[in-house]
Amino acid sequence: MVIYGVALLAGCMLAGLIIGDVLGQLLGIDANLGGVGIAMLLLIFLTGYLKDRGKLPEATESGINFWNAMYIPIVVAMAASQNVAAAFSGGLVAILAGTLAVVLGLALVPVLTGKKVDDAAPLDARPQSQPPTGR
Amino acid sequence: MNDSIVSLVDKYHLIAAFAVIGLAMYVAYWMSRNLTGGRLHGSAIAIIIGLALAYVGGITTGGSHGLADVTLFSGLALMGGGMLRDLAIIATAYGVRLQEVKKAGFRGVIALFLGVLVSFVAGAVVAVGFGYSDPVDITTIAAGAVTYIVGPVTGATLGASSEVIALSIAAGLVKSILTMIATPLTAKWIGLDNPRSAMIFGGMIGTTSGVAAGLAATDARLVPYGAMTATFYTGLGILLAPTLLFLGVRAIF
Repeated sequence: MVIYGVALLAGCMLAGLIIGDVLGQLLGIDANLGGVGIAMLLLIFLTGYLKDRGKLPEATESGINFWNAMYIPIVVAMAASQNVAAAFSGGLVAILAGTLAVVLGLALVPVLTGKKVDDAAPLDARPQSQPPTGR
Repeated sequence: MNDSIVSLVDKYHLIAAFAVIGLAMYVAYWMSRNLTGGRLHGSAIAIIIGLALAYVGGITTGGSHGLADVTLFSGLALMGGGMLRDLAIIATAYGVRLQEVKKAGFRGVIALFLGVLVSFVAGAVVAVGFGYSDPVDITTIAAGAVTYIVGPVTGATLGASSEVIALSIAAGLVKSILTMIATPLTAKWIGLDNPRSAMIFGGMIGTTSGVAAGLAATDARLVPYGAMTATFYTGLGILLAPTLLFLGVRAIF
């Protein structure tokens, strides 16, 4: 059933957020430390485990794939509800500080990525394990 | 008549948001195909349209949620809010190859620490350049350049003034919005076309909404890799900015 997939996704999310919250509290910070990332890893492990045992029927999969495909529309809605006006009204200090952080961050990506090797080959160069979603 | 339609749309706000976003996506993909010949991705155009509408919404209502502050479009706040966004981000992990994550994992962690540090230093340099000399002010603005959440949390911890905290939020918003627009435009130059560079990108930039939208506009398949590292960034920033990094700033000024 489709709801099994959605519930699996929701369960991973809640478990990840709880772990992230505990991690944050252990470090004494008022934030969730990587809850979403932990939830992603949980989902990868759980679906891998279920798939290997043939326990992930198509209907269950489609419950996850629906939200996967909704990703871009949700991001567009997110963009439309950003506080863009405040970003521009912050003055030159805010604009320059934000811009410099982005420019330096982007410039350092190829430095850290290093030479093109196997695991840094473009996705298009390989057979895809999943159909492109949401576009 | 008009009032009843408005109140109806307001009542079914999430449904209205689905319809509005669907329409915006259709327009954006049409523009991508017919005006840019597919060079600029439809999702990139959709995100830019969204940001432009958010600006108009923010100017007209004076609110803080962009277009979602306009009654007719209030559902956008729920649809694009943290809850559904995170659910969709996690869903993108379905189908990710774990080997890719493992192979790039170490570089991703380095990128996280370097990313927080570089953004912080960038913010601090600009703050000093504009004549700020109080370590608390410099740290708060610098933390804002990390993300718009790290800024106010750091400022509140250190007891910064509300003007400086507002400035740090604005710096973080500029970073996030600029990332959404600049990522698809620079992806080719920075080699952002594979899982490894996507994980490093997520760690270097870190602002979740910017990374999420920037990668969506570049190649949706890269989203889970970038999102996975970016999700640790804000927490790391909150951990480092008011403590280690503040001590560093105080040692210099």
